[in-house]
Amino acid sequence: MALVKASTKSCAVNPLKMSQPIGGAFAFMGLRGAMPLLHGSQGCTSFGLTLFVRHFKEAVPLQTTAMSEVATVLGGYENLEQAILNIHSRAKPKIVGICSTGVTETNGDDVDAYLKLIRDKHPQLAKLPLVYVSTPDFKGAFQDGWEKAVARIVEALVEGPGVSGLRDPSKVNVLPGCHLTPGDLDELRAILEDFGLRPSFLPDLAGSLDGHIPGEFTPTTIGGIGIDEIASMGRAQWTIAIGAQMRRAAEVLQAKAGVPFRLFERLCGLDPNDEFITFLSEISGRPVPVKYRRQRGQLTDAMLDAHFHIGGRRVAIAAEPDLLFDLSSMLHDMGAQVTAAVTTTQSVVIKRVKAEEVLIGDLEDLEELAGTKQCDLLVTHSHGRQAAARLKIPFYRAGFPMFDRLGAGHQLSVGYRGTRDMIFDIANLVIADREENHQPTPDSWRVPAALPRRAGHSSPGTAERSIA
Amino acid sequence: MSSLAATVQNIFDEPGCAKNGSKSKADRRKGCTRQLQPGSAAGGCAFDGAKIALQPFTDVAHLVHGPIACEGNSWDNRGSASSGSNLWRTAFTTDLNETDIVFGGEQRLCKAITEIINKWDPAAIFVYQTCIPAMIGDDIDAVCKAASQRFGKPVIPINSPGFVGSKNLGNKLAGEALLEHVIGTQEPDYTTPYDINLIGEYNLSGELWQVKPLLDELGVRILSCISGDGKYREVASSHRARAAMLVCSKSMINVARKMKERYGIPFFEGSFYGIQDSSDSLRQIARLLVERGAPQELLGRTDAVIAREETRAWAAIEPYKPRFKGKKVLLITGGVKSWSVVAALQEAGLELVGTSVKKSTKEDKERIKELMGQDAHMIEEMTPREMYRMLKEAEADIMLSGGKSQFVALKAAMPWIDINQERCHAYLGYLGMVKLVEEIDKSLSNPMWEQLRRPAPWQVLAKAMVQMRSPLAEIACDPALGETTRRAKEICFCNKVDLGTIEDAITAHGLISVEAVREHTNAVGGCCNRRIEGILAASPSALPQAAE
Repeated sequence: MALVKASTKSCAVNPLKMSQPIGGAFAFMGLRGAMPLLHGSQGCTSFGLTLFVRHFKEAVPLQTTAMSEVATVLGGYENLEQAILNIHSRAKPKIVGICSTGVTETNGDDVDAYLKLIRDKHPQLAKLPLVYVSTPDFKGAFQDGWEKAVARIVEALVEGPGVSGLRDPSKVNVLPGCHLTPGDLDELRAILEDFGLRPSFLPDLAGSLDGHIPGEFTPTTIGGIGIDEIASMGRAQWTIAIGAQMRRAAEVLQAKAGVPFRLFERLCGLDPNDEFITFLSEISGRPVPVKYRRQRGQLTDAMLDAHFHIGGRRVAIAAEPDLLFDLSSMLHDMGAQVTAAVTTTQSVVIKRVKAEEVLIGDLEDLEELAGTKQCDLLVTHSHGRQAAARLKIPFYRAGFPMFDRLGAGHQLSVGYRGTRDMIFDIANLVIADREENHQPTPDSWRVPAALPRRAGHSSPGTAERSIA
Repeated sequence: MSSLAATVQNIFDEPGCAKNGSKSKADRRKGCTRQLQPGSAAGGCAFDGAKIALQPFTDVAHLVHGPIACEGNSWDNRGSASSGSNLWRTAFTTDLNETDIVFGGEQRLCKAITEIINKWDPAAIFVYQTCIPAMIGDDIDAVCKAASQRFGKPVIPINSPGFVGSKNLGNKLAGEALLEHVIGTQEPDYTTPYDINLIGEYNLSGELWQVKPLLDELGVRILSCISGDGKYREVASSHRARAAMLVCSKSMINVARKMKERYGIPFFEGSFYGIQDSSDSLRQIARLLVERGAPQELLGRTDAVIAREETRAWAAIEPYKPRFKGKKVLLITGGVKSWSVVAALQEAGLELVGTSVKKSTKEDKERIKELMGQDAHMIEEMTPREMYRMLKEAEADIMLSGGKSQFVALKAAMPWIDINQERCHAYLGYLGMVKLVEEIDKSLSNPMWEQLRRPAPWQVLAKAMVQMRSPLAEIACDPALGETTRRAKEICFCNKVDLGTIEDAITAHGLISVEAVREHTNAVGGCCNRRIEGILAASPSALPQAAE
């Protein structure tokens, strides 16, 4: 059991956290023909947009109600109305996903009521789903926004199993957490299909942000799960939720359409995938295909080869709760010590992270902990790059955003194969670091008091903190 | 807030702005930012603009007073370069939570400033106001004033909450903050008759350093740059400069004009973007300095440097001319760049099929006409859909634009180069323009495009399947049927010569002209001239010509 602590600082330095509204908008990006809309000032949208574009290197649809100072004083009804009408006529979306921001929450806009008024006034919008999620910036984090948005989509769009109550035995819903990449979703889709199952992913980022080239230009999302398919999710036999953040949506789906669910908190590592594959075999009534038997073998072999390098590493890791739990558990399983763990927001899983302590804090905290506790592997999103350079330790980029490397959308962590590749990547970083920075010298093993054994351990986190 | 409203009003009424000067009094009061359209707006807020303008101050702690979105979603996203401190890349935010919103965030802000001073001891702290603390009435001016006194260190309030307006307005609000709290508060160690300020230059990708060696060579000292590679002390003492160059006129014209009014520093609007522009700017700098008392000989030395650099640059661009022959460029950018790069691109042999003038002034448009002719294709506003169409239909071979339209070009499998603020190459000065031409060549000559534009094999297969179902396919499979069809199709109606006869003659004798066909068959080649040409073009022996 890890002790969960919150930072007591007044000034967050080098934030790890991103805001709820863009997490919510991210969920809508996995819907086909969608236009996510942030109800706030235009900066709220433009910052989010830039962040997504830098991460995916893709065009990203995201609109704003462009609240001005005056509109904020008078209330945002007119801006919201205009925004919806504009989007409806210009982008012709299949759905508009609306997320509130700090501005409109502080000023107390009653968006649900506004939407009712707008619908009454504009009958042409009758067939356009407008899904609203309350996501104030000053509460929670990115992951919370995603969690709430998916739950709201289920609530608003999934239909019951129909009068007959008949379920389609091969139809399975998958509710992936926001820590999975489009590549992960495609991997999962392939696995499920190999068991003869027909999965519906909600949201399906693999359809929209996997980097494919659409036939023509569209201002909305270029793929993802369609509205009809979401409606049909009530007829599925099972729901698979991935990451603790997806429990809420799975429960809503169960309450609404009676679809039972199974929650997988992790899908990175040998154990969790054994559990997952066994479950698929059970619900599909099919034996595990040879392909996965082989992949399991490959993963175990990868673990054997990599444990020399990962085992004993002192890991400093910072990520949103579900990703933190997933990756740190996998690294722990490989013999690494999770020495410093930082996350963004409360969650049921963080006290089960295999570390002494989990801090709800920022990347300054991570850097300080990594320095004082002499960590020699850093795992976090791209914003950790400055800390990694100062700490001079190998840096594995994981999570969102990843803007300074290509292929963020295709980095795998799920399944036997995904875990295998990730283990190789991390082990290779460690090997490269050893060859570049830790070649033995005649002085390597002299009395440690006089000479620090490893350059990487001279702590920049404490007294003479270098900001240069 | 009333004082902020007054500042905004004041900024909109900018006498130094040519566009503003040409408006009626009533229009002027309305301001220059277009009312934002909810649901179809793009671009940053005023806070974004203020941050962009000031973040290149390298030795300052930039503290964002607001909820996590404002800094957490946006930090470390600018490519400015620093020759010294990297403090500017560290993100500081008060990360306001619900309790702060209810009870006010001033206390947290106060503590945050204390933490920063204790841990980092920066040259100064800039405190950025955002929407929410502005709404709940946090008085950052008062907090900053108290903190400045307590710590004996400049703590500067930047009053530019996002919802007051656009990014551009934010640039100017940042400028106002500098004028009010920073510029003129310190004295330089020494001054020279060659001291200048660069205003509105952000040193993206370190591009300022492409020009600085030339200024160094001339003995011109950049007393301060606002704000690229900026140092607090330099900007605080920038009022002692002899002249100033306003680089990005859209962003900080108020700073240049007010420094002229207050400290008598003359300025000119110029750019180091493009060869001609670089030369003009260097000349202007020399001229202004000489007017303010620098020795006359500076002019001659400047001309010599310009002549040398121009010769070098044109020589470096020369080899690209044959490579760029017939290549067409679509230029989507704003303001000065809409024409300043045109000359260099034209000199390199590229044809401009259009340039955008959305953010350009009247003078900008005049310059475009000078360069591209009276019927220059000036694009007021272009939708992404239209850009995509132009590229897809190969009306342009390459697009130069800002990051926002990047995917429009790339998804059409067309070359694209970033020439706006997110660019990762430096394109300033003489070297920079050569670099830009080099980049264009690299992109245009990349063999990848050809493969990318080819349809996927299954699309070709699908097409073949469709062809199989056509009547022609039947002929191809059945030689006898083909033969009769060939014989039945009359080409020369006058002398009744059929397709089969002509085709056979072409194949048998390797004919390549209508003349030759006439010699070997009965065909007249008069009214059937076109038809025979068509057969020649389609026949195997004509292939070499067709390939050319």
